[in-house]
Amino acid sequence: MFNFVAMQVENDVKQMEEQFQAKIDADIRIEPRDWMPEKYRKTLIRQMSQHAHSEVVGMLPEANWITRAPSLRRKVALLAKVQDEAGHGLYLYSACETLGADREETIDDLHSGKAKYSSIFNYPTITWADIGAIGWLVDGAAIVNQVALQKTSYGPYARAMVKICKEESFHQRQGYEIITVLANGTPAQKAMAQDALNRWWWPSLMMFGPTDADSPNTQQSMAWRIKRHTNDDLRQMFIDATVKQAEVAGLTIPDKDLKWNEERGHYDFGEIDWEEFYNVIKGNGPCNKQRIEARKKAKEEGMWVREAAMAYAEKQKTKTKAA
Amino acid sequence: MNKELYEYVLRMGDDSLILGQRLGEWCGHGPILEEDIALTNIALDVLGQARILMDYAGKLTNKKEDEVAFLREERDYKNVLLVEQPNGDFAQTILRQFFFDAFRLPFFKELQNSKDETLSGLALKAVKETTYHLQHSSNWVIRLGDGTDESHQRLETALEDLWMFTGEFFYADEVDTKLVNEGIAVDVNKIKPIWDAKVSEVFAQAKLQIPENDWMQKGGRQGRHTEHLGFILSEMQYMQRAYPGCEW
Repeated sequence: MFNFVAMQVENDVKQMEEQFQAKIDADIRIEPRDWMPEKYRKTLIRQMSQHAHSEVVGMLPEANWITRAPSLRRKVALLAKVQDEAGHGLYLYSACETLGADREETIDDLHSGKAKYSSIFNYPTITWADIGAIGWLVDGAAIVNQVALQKTSYGPYARAMVKICKEESFHQRQGYEIITVLANGTPAQKAMAQDALNRWWWPSLMMFGPTDADSPNTQQSMAWRIKRHTNDDLRQMFIDATVKQAEVAGLTIPDKDLKWNEERGHYDFGEIDWEEFYNVIKGNGPCNKQRIEARKKAKEEGMWVREAAMAYAEKQKTKTKAA
Repeated sequence: MNKELYEYVLRMGDDSLILGQRLGEWCGHGPILEEDIALTNIALDVLGQARILMDYAGKLTNKKEDEVAFLREERDYKNVLLVEQPNGDFAQTILRQFFFDAFRLPFFKELQNSKDETLSGLALKAVKETTYHLQHSSNWVIRLGDGTDESHQRLETALEDLWMFTGEFFYADEVDTKLVNEGIAVDVNKIKPIWDAKVSEVFAQAKLQIPENDWMQKGGRQGRHTEHLGFILSEMQYMQRAYPGCEW
């Protein structure tokens, strides 16, 4: 009897998985209340929370220049930009909650090191040109990834991406504009722009993750249409789009192997330093500790504020009941 | 040049500029993400006001907005001392904001009637923004005051630190007298009772007492600042000083 029930359940699950995959294949969006395989849910939570954490940790290197922005116009634009990132973070944490991932726990996973965020934010912003480079390259790379994610199979994630992409492409243009102003400025400004490009180029390429050969999750994520392109494809799209932009700005991409390949219809490029990539992910980047400490500090120092707000709300409720 | 008008615009503009600079320090470090966004919003509004005023001060002296904002000496900044006080904890920041907003809202309401079109135009926009700011800061003062013992204690400490900087809003000298007579400036004597009433109303709900010590600091309007302003300026002016005459 027991075996029969177990078999029945197994058959049901198999059938549901088949129906699920059929929906995916027909490009029908999966919504929060729909049945989904546990691993699909987990993969999505991992990817979306990583994305949310990247937005929030990504505020830090840019916020580093708010008080020193060189003009009022730039100060206001930078503040607005960092605020957008906070908004994206909130939006994505909410999208994670549609899959049952509690925001507090998700954030605790970031602080404990269990959850990852984009390792690009473990590099320091040491000159004003870095603010331009982040907008141009880092947001540029993020857009390539996120445009593809507008068609991801999970509804709330896809819809979040539509809104986020609009703002990110604005940020990218703004960053590129900062860089071009510098590149057309005094020799010192131009040198600042070139130096920023030299430092941010390779880490930007690393943002797409390991090569397809070393990306074990890619195949399943592609089958579920969580991912729509492989890491290497996305990286290539980014390079192809960015080389011309550097040329127009009069800056040199720091890769002696970078060359147009007529046959492939793409740029060939040099070897990425994967040892550096894996080390930064592991926690050995220049700012890993600093970034997480800043987030933890914000949470710890905000604890009494949140407690006060809750205590006050509780008192109001009691008053309303009594009245 | 209208010397008094320039001085008046700077006083108002520096209040906004220096407060915006302080609030910008919170970005990325707020106690909750929602509050990070709210503080940045307020920073954006006051910096928007600062830009209009710096631009106006520039027009009066044939200078650019950024020259006025970034390239003055410390003694030439005319903000009230309150806005340059450090962010401290969230209670300090919120109480500083509340005192400021409770002054700025009735001030801007009056300024809408200014005969100077730049100022009345600015005020029209700023009234809307400041209405929201005051609501936000009042709500938080009440929440912290009537929240937990710890939040109440922190707010008390903030009050002890900041109260002596609140008298300066109502400072008036010959600059004010002349411009009030011309129908350009706001008579701050009219604002004082409105400010007092708002503070009493919010303090009652926050279970706070108005301190007995009524000795008030002054000097900001004459460019005599606390030690904090020099550090604010060295950060804020760094790029303009290090790379003179550049476009950004």
